[in-house]
Amino acid sequence: MSDAAMLEVRGLNAWYGESHILHGVDFDVRQGEVVTLLGRNGAGKTTTMKSIMGLVGRRAGSIKLNGAEMTGLRPDQIGRAGIALCPEERAIFAGLNVTENLMLPPKIAEGGLDLPTIYTLFPNLKERAASQGTKLSGGEQQMLAIARILRTGAKLLLLDEPTEGLAPVIVQQIGRMIREIKQRGFTVLLVEQNFRFAATVADRHYVMEHGKVIDQFRNDDLQNNMDKLHDYLGV
Amino acid sequence: MFMIFGYPSALLFGQLLLGLINGAFYALLSLGLAIIFGMLNIVNFSHGALFMLGAFVAWGLLEFLGISYWWSLLLAPIVVGAFGVLLEKVFIARLYKLDHLYGLLLTFGLALVIEGLARNQFGSSGMPFAIPRQLQGATDLGFMFMPNYRGWVVAASAGMCLLVWLVIEKTSLGATLRAATENPAIVQSFGINVPRMITLTYAAGVALAAFAGVLAAPIYSVNPNMGASFIITVFAVVVIGGMGSIAGSIVTGFGLGIVEGLTKVFYPQGSSVVIFVVMVIVLLTRPAGLFGKGGH
Repeated sequence: MSDAAMLEVRGLNAWYGESHILHGVDFDVRQGEVVTLLGRNGAGKTTTMKSIMGLVGRRAGSIKLNGAEMTGLRPDQIGRAGIALCPEERAIFAGLNVTENLMLPPKIAEGGLDLPTIYTLFPNLKERAASQGTKLSGGEQQMLAIARILRTGAKLLLLDEPTEGLAPVIVQQIGRMIREIKQRGFTVLLVEQNFRFAATVADRHYVMEHGKVIDQFRNDDLQNNMDKLHDYLGV
Repeated sequence: MFMIFGYPSALLFGQLLLGLINGAFYALLSLGLAIIFGMLNIVNFSHGALFMLGAFVAWGLLEFLGISYWWSLLLAPIVVGAFGVLLEKVFIARLYKLDHLYGLLLTFGLALVIEGLARNQFGSSGMPFAIPRQLQGATDLGFMFMPNYRGWVVAASAGMCLLVWLVIEKTSLGATLRAATENPAIVQSFGINVPRMITLTYAAGVALAAFAGVLAAPIYSVNPNMGASFIITVFAVVVIGGMGSIAGSIVTGFGLGIVEGLTKVFYPQGSSVVIFVVMVIVLLTRPAGLFGKGGH
């Protein structure tokens, strides 16, 4: 793990129309890390992800990927630079079958997972190749949404609440998968409500509240900060 | 000659063929509208004017440059498609964040301008366009004589519709298009230049209209009103088929052409309104259209 930040976010502000959602978000993700954004509903976690991808109406501040500024770029240019988003709503396309969904994102660089590897990690996707994308179960759709961005060669993956609404056995499977892709050199920024799950995969955690990062912990320190965390998350 | 349901077979088959020819144009035009609506969420009211423009480009290429009909089938869609790129970039692209109504008004206004300019330049009586030498004459099919050019129009339209359907439903480019229709933001985040794709989709849609215009040139005289007379019926076809449905617009286009042709045999007085009667019935029973997947 190198010390230079792969993703460096400074003073990030974002707006949806007239409403000001992010008020100066600062954090770093280093190469090869799994980092989570924790926080209550409405803290600005998803907006942070979308802002990095260029999918909000207006944003200000700085987002650097390996030193290159991303804030002036269009979403497709940011995607080409090597960031890929797996959105909270999964965005599986109803008009496309499983294979078409999987093959939709173009290859942007070398180093993505090849299809055999993806089918080893997600055997269900092979069995259901010809099914309509949205006919899959929630867990399978989540797998598909993650699998399709592993193929492209993007090295920084933004996973927005991948475990939301899924059965515990599927959550465990997603946990294994995240550890597996970390081993393969991917860097992950993860949004989670479920910090117990986050603790099983992440190196570091940032806590967000009211559109700002208000605290951070190393995963090793999580136990010592449980009281604070309960307080922040209201659990 | 033999009789079917008490009607001479030649009359029946003749009207059926006329219906199929109208259907060929309905299908090509409503297919273009469906593609544009799916991607841009705009009802392209200038479609008829661009159909007319396609016929005029073919006429101009022949008249001034001596370029044949066959080359025009390729060149007119390219010229009109390029004009479509200009329209989308200069005008339509500014409206995506506004209500659909603005796109409708803008494209309707564009149609009036384009048709008005054409009328100003060429008058409204129209110019003849000769059937290409290779397709003159008629073929005896045994049960009727079929003018070769009309047979060609039906075949060319069906072939083009099939090609477009294959590209959209069976290729990776088509998959990207379908995905961008559902969720452009996410598709763009994958590294695909969606704004450019939208421009090219509009160009492709109006190129189809121009292709239909070239096919129509030898059948109807090339005149500034040829699009306007078609387009109202075509919008009814689109409503019946279901906005944005690719297969729906093709099947409905040909199907309603045939229905219209048969009505001319069995109840001639009703032939000019039958498509609108069908539209009313479909709207009452299946508001999303025969092939529609529910409202937007």
